Amino acid sequence: MVQVPTRSCYPITLLGRSLDGAAPEVCRTTLYFPLIMNAIEIRGLEKSYRVYQKQEGLLASLTGLFQREYRDVNAVKGIDLDVQKGEFVAFLGPNGAGKTTTLKLLSGVISPSGGRATVLGHVPWERENSYRRKFALVMGQKNQLWWDLPAQESFKLHQQIYRIDSQKFNNTRDELVDLLDVRNLLGQPVRELSLGERMKMELTAALLHSPEVLFLDEPTIGLDVIAQHNIQKFLKHYQQVRGITILLTSHYMKDIAALCKRVVMIADGEIMYDGSLEGIIDQFSGHKVLTLQFAEERMPSDLSHYGEVLEIVEPKAKLRVERGEIAGVLSSVLASHSVADVSVEDPPLEDVIADLFKQSTNKQAETKAAAAQATIGK
Amino acid sequence: MVARVQTWWTILKICLEERLVYRGDFALGTLMRFLPIVTQIFLWTAVFASAAGNTIEGYTSETIIAYYLLTMLGRAFSSMPGLASGIAKQVREGEIKKFLIQPIDLLGYLLLARIAHKLVYYTVAAGPFALVFYLCGDYFPPFPGMQVFTAFIISLLLGFALGFFLEASMGLVAFWFLEVTSLLFVYMLFNFFCSGHMFPLDFLPEPYFTLVNFLPLKYLAYYPAAIYLGKVPPEELWQGLLIETGWVVFFIILSRYLMNAGYNRYSGFGG
Repeated sequence: MVQVPTRSCYPITLLGRSLDGAAPEVCRTTLYFPLIMNAIEIRGLEKSYRVYQKQEGLLASLTGLFQREYRDVNAVKGIDLDVQKGEFVAFLGPNGAGKTTTLKLLSGVISPSGGRATVLGHVPWERENSYRRKFALVMGQKNQLWWDLPAQESFKLHQQIYRIDSQKFNNTRDELVDLLDVRNLLGQPVRELSLGERMKMELTAALLHSPEVLFLDEPTIGLDVIAQHNIQKFLKHYQQVRGITILLTSHYMKDIAALCKRVVMIADGEIMYDGSLEGIIDQFSGHKVLTLQFAEERMPSDLSHYGEVLEIVEPKAKLRVERGEIAGVLSSVLASHSVADVSVEDPPLEDVIADLFKQSTNKQAETKAAAAQATIGK
Repeated sequence: MVARVQTWWTILKICLEERLVYRGDFALGTLMRFLPIVTQIFLWTAVFASAAGNTIEGYTSETIIAYYLLTMLGRAFSSMPGLASGIAKQVREGEIKKFLIQPIDLLGYLLLARIAHKLVYYTVAAGPFALVFYLCGDYFPPFPGMQVFTAFIISLLLGFALGFFLEASMGLVAFWFLEVTSLLFVYMLFNFFCSGHMFPLDFLPEPYFTLVNFLPLKYLAYYPAAIYLGKVPPEELWQGLLIETGWVVFFIILSRYLMNAGYNRYSGFGG
């Protein structure tokens, strides 16, 4: 069987003689082996844009009619990232960190101010139809379906837009609506669906053309816990079965913990961290939580010597202790007090991330204030 | 090509379905448009009663009513309610992203949606139109012959294309200004006077008549009516239609240019 070379294969040519050795001609066979390649490659990607800077009050509004002041916002500041085919990667970061901007860049909605990126070998902002048929973008807060018509009509339109063969379309649609359990809602106008049902329909519409890359921008925003869980379950299953590449942004840690092995943390337009979710604690948390249960009748009063006291509920005390000092603290506590039980734990992931976000948001606010000051000074 | 035709057909069907969702409102809106006819008939009868002679600039009180009804028909093809403001809304609210992400052409899609819109409109309005034309049959001159009638039909179809691409271009300006309501208001005002919707353009004194003749707006209402009423000399008929085609091509190119430039601006600006 002759295998057709594709972008994802590399050729190897085998040379040899026929088995009897008599024939002098050389047998030539070319085999194509699948090559694990990056679905997404980003190098030094930058995006900055100008925003109108208006001072407070009517007078400023009038002045603004003639002379406008703008401020440059660097939403993405030269990021590098490789995502392999079949990876499920989460973008984590505070509001305004550049997550959505990056997704918009990769889906070709916006073009960058600098740097380059390829998705499946295409430059996204060239917006070739061949690329647009290979990916999908789902934004939790934007609606792609026809508001007044049942979702099945929008699906039909997608079938034509993406040139999906009838048989394949029917199979994919049936599979998706069964997985998402929305078959009985196909004939209901979209405006009459609940938010969770609508999101399921949005996902179905986005996946009808079997995209190789899927960008999800907060797909579970505003959904209740059950709906969130259903969407997570579906995404996990679909990604595992189809092996597609997914980039997800979400504020819900549970989404990320349930779905992604790899987390890319973006703050202030830069990548702060790229690795596993658990790795965030190792890298960013410099302390551990030490819980002591005392056997003595009276709790020791000098606990603050050992570390920051987080909580005391007699006979238990929780202390925040620097990672490097944990062994020393523990041995000195055990030497001077009678302790019934001890546990040393990492701080909760949410807390570590919240701290990180707070730091980066503060930094961002300072930069903004400085820029605004500079504009006023001009 | 087959795939493309299938896509068009599906878009057309879905747009038709969407139009029919609010059928009550649509039917009422369509019928209400016929009400001004009565006032127009009274108005022009009064104008002619106070005029010195029986004709004004070659129009009798009968032909002026025929003219008015014909411009109404012309505008049924060329007017594009909600097209420009719809594009502006899509740009403002970010829905335009859909056309950047999906392999679908914005103008082609809007054109099909508009054809569907018009088809539904004609279906609803055919009855009332037929009734009005029947009741006002006495105001019309005798059938002008096949050649003029064909030219009249072509001018109606070209009027549709011109109206669509002209107003789409207007809406695409929203990529630069976001809000185009005022621009549209000014355009509507010009359109009202310069397309011949308010009165026949022949009523205009020189040099305004010549000036308005150079504008594309006259093809939206005046020109089809003028053809039917024999105001366009036969030797100028095809030349006139050729110029109209030229305007259609101009606005096709302009709207496409604005769309692409707008996309680039949108994507550079921040989406």
